[in-house]
Amino acid sequence: MSALTDHPFPQFVRGSIRLWTHGSRTYFVWLAALVTLIAVGIYGYSIQFREGLVSTGLRDPVSWGFYIGNFTFLVGVAAAAVILVIPAYVYHWKPIKELAVLGEVLAISAISMCMLFVTVDVGRPDRLLHIMPFIGDLNVPSSLLAWDVVVLNIYLVLNLGVATYALVSYFRGREAKSKLFVWFVLASIPMAVCIHTVTAFVYNGLPNRPFWNASLLAPRFLVSAFCSGPAIMLILLQILRRKARLDLKPEAIWKIAELMAYAMFVNLFFTAAEVFKETYSGTHHLKHMEYLFFGLEGKTALVPWAWTSLIAGIAAFLLFLFPASRKNPVTLNLGCVLILISVFIEKGVALVVPGFTPSVLGEIYEYSPSKVELMVSAGIFGVGALVFTLLSRAAIAVLNGDLRVKPATPAAA
Amino acid sequence: MTLSRRTFLKTAAVSTAVVTTAAACGDRAAALREFMHTRLRAMTPDEVKAFCARIEKECAEKYGKPVRVGAEGPIPGVIFGYGLDLSRCNGNRKCVEACVEENNQSRPSPDGPHHNPIQWITVLEMDEEAGIDLERSTAYYTPDKVPAPGKAYIPIQCQQCDNPPCVKVCPVKATWMEPDGIVVIDYDQCIGCRCCMSACPYGARHFNWSEPHLPASEVNTEMHVLGNRPRMRGVVEKCTFCIQRTRNGLYPACHDACPTGARVFGNLLDPESEIRRLLATKKVFVLKSELGTHPKFFYFYSV
Repeated sequence: MSALTDHPFPQFVRGSIRLWTHGSRTYFVWLAALVTLIAVGIYGYSIQFREGLVSTGLRDPVSWGFYIGNFTFLVGVAAAAVILVIPAYVYHWKPIKELAVLGEVLAISAISMCMLFVTVDVGRPDRLLHIMPFIGDLNVPSSLLAWDVVVLNIYLVLNLGVATYALVSYFRGREAKSKLFVWFVLASIPMAVCIHTVTAFVYNGLPNRPFWNASLLAPRFLVSAFCSGPAIMLILLQILRRKARLDLKPEAIWKIAELMAYAMFVNLFFTAAEVFKETYSGTHHLKHMEYLFFGLEGKTALVPWAWTSLIAGIAAFLLFLFPASRKNPVTLNLGCVLILISVFIEKGVALVVPGFTPSVLGEIYEYSPSKVELMVSAGIFGVGALVFTLLSRAAIAVLNGDLRVKPATPAAA
Repeated sequence: MTLSRRTFLKTAAVSTAVVTTAAACGDRAAALREFMHTRLRAMTPDEVKAFCARIEKECAEKYGKPVRVGAEGPIPGVIFGYGLDLSRCNGNRKCVEACVEENNQSRPSPDGPHHNPIQWITVLEMDEEAGIDLERSTAYYTPDKVPAPGKAYIPIQCQQCDNPPCVKVCPVKATWMEPDGIVVIDYDQCIGCRCCMSACPYGARHFNWSEPHLPASEVNTEMHVLGNRPRMRGVVEKCTFCIQRTRNGLYPACHDACPTGARVFGNLLDPESEIRRLLATKKVFVLKSELGTHPKFFYFYSV
C-alpha cells in the first residue's frame, strides 16, 4: 500500500495540492479575483445557453466574431511556447532550459482557453463529440476545421506529456533527458507551427473572403504569434520572479527580447506588404481593409481599434529595436504590453470582422461584441489564468527545489 | 470431472456479472447512439424510416396536427437546374414569402424572445445603370410600388454549386451534395460552427441564432427530412430547391409564386426540359464564376 502512495507521482500530486491550498494573502486575493471572473463568465454563458447565440452581436452577415478572434489569438500564444523550447532543447542553451517547462504550461493554459472559445461559439455544444477524433465523424482531409481539432488535441497531449514528465523528473531530482522525452519535445516544435498554420488555413482557404484569401496569411499568423506569445511569457516570468522566487537570469530575458525584435520587424513588413498590394491594386477587395482602417458608409466601429493596433505595433518594435531600451526593464515591459495589445486586436476582431464586412452580398453589418460575449470571454480568460496559476505554482516549486521527492520511509509520518 | 459447489457459485456469479454488464452496456450503447446521432447518410433505409417517424411524432405533439416527414431519394437521371430572368424580375419578393411559408422558416417575432426571422431568398435592389454590383446593392428596400424607377433586382438563393465550398469546409460531414445536385444539410449532425457560412460566396446559408419561431397555424405539414422539417436552435439551414416538392414532381414554391414568370426550373439531364431549352436558346451567366463553384443556378436577360 505504502509503496503505491510513496511512488513519486502521487507524492508530486499531493505536494502540488498542498501548494495550491496554502499561500500568501496576495495569492488568495488573486485566486478570488479569478473565481469572480469565472463566475461572471458562467453567468454570461447561462444567458447565452437560455437564449441562444442571438444574445451575441453575431448575425448571418458577420457569423464569427469576438469568440473566434480570441480563439485565433490564443492559438498563437500556445504556438509561441516553442520559442522557449527551441533554444533550450535544440541549442542546449542553459539559462532557458528550465523555463521551457513554463512555456509548456502557458501552452496548456492557452489551448484550454482555445477549446473553451470554440465550445461557446458553436450552436450545438451538446454535439461537440461529433468533432472529436475517433469518437465523431471528422471530415478529413477536406475540412480545415477538422484538421485544426486534430492538431490542437495532439499539441495539448504533447505539452501535457512533456511538462508532466519534465516536472516529475525534476521532482525526483533527476534530469529530464530520456530519449522519448526529447523526441516529444522536438515533435512539439513542428506541431506548434501546425496549429497556427492550420488555424490560418481555416480562414485562408475561402476564396469568397478576399481579406483572408492572401497567401501571406499563415506566415503572418506565425510571425505575430512569435511577437505576442513571448511577450506574455516575459511579463509572466518577471511576475513569477518577484512573486514566486523564480530563478530567472537576465540573459534569458534579453535573448527572448532579441528574438522578438526580429519577429516584430517581419510582422510589420508583412503587414506593409499586404497594405501595399491591396491599396496599389485598388480592386474591390480593398473594401475590407478600408472598412478596417477608415470605416464604410459611416460605420466605423473598428477604426480606433485598427489604428491602436498599428501604432502600438510600431511603437513596440522601436522599443525592442534598440538594445538599450529592450534591456531596460521599464521600456521592455512597456514594449511587451504594446505588442500584446497590437496582436490581440490584429489577430482578434481586426482579423475576423473585416473578412465579413462587407458581406458576400455587399451588406455592411456593423458587428460589435455584446455584453454576453464580453462576460463569457472574461470568464474563459479567467479559467486560463487559473490553470496557469495552479500549474506554474507547482512547476516553480519544483524548479527551485521547494518541491522534492521524499525518500521512502518505512514509518508513516 | 465434477463441478465443485465453490466453482459453480463462482462461475454463476461471474456469468451473471458479465450478462448484467453486457445488458447495461447495451442500453448505454443505444443511448450513446441516440446521443451521437448516426448521420442520415450512414443510416439504413429502415433506420431513416424510424428516424422520420420519430420526427413526425415530435412534430405532431409540438404543433398539434399530423405531419408527414418523407425521405424521398433522388430520381435517377435527374439533376436539377434553375434559371432566372432578370428582365422580368421586378423585386416583388413573392418568391421570398412563398419560400418562408413552404419551408417552415423561423418567422419574425419582434416582441418575443425568439426574434430570428430567416429567409432563404435575398432579393437585392440595385441601380439599373450600375448593372449587377453587389457592393452597391441593398436587401432592405421598402418601395410603395415595384419596380422603383431606375432600379433593378436580383433574387439570390442557394446556387446549388456543383463544386460547393460549403460542403468542403464542414468538419463533421453534416452537409453534402445529393446525386440530383441538391446540397442538403443533416440538421441533427450539424454542430453549428458556421464554417459553411464563411465559405458560401452567396450568403445562402442561414443560422438559427435562437429557437426558431414557427406558429403551429403556419406549419407546412408536408415535409422532407433533408428539407423543410422544422429546424432546431443552433444549426444552419438553406434552400434545397424545395426537395419535398421537386422530388415529387412539383416545381419549387418560389417558381410557382413568381407573378412575372421570371423563374425556370427543370432537369438538366433531360434535353426536352424547360431549363435545357433556356440554356440552348439564351445566353446565361452564373454569379461569381471566378470562384469556380459551378452554380446550377443560371441568370439571364430575356430582353
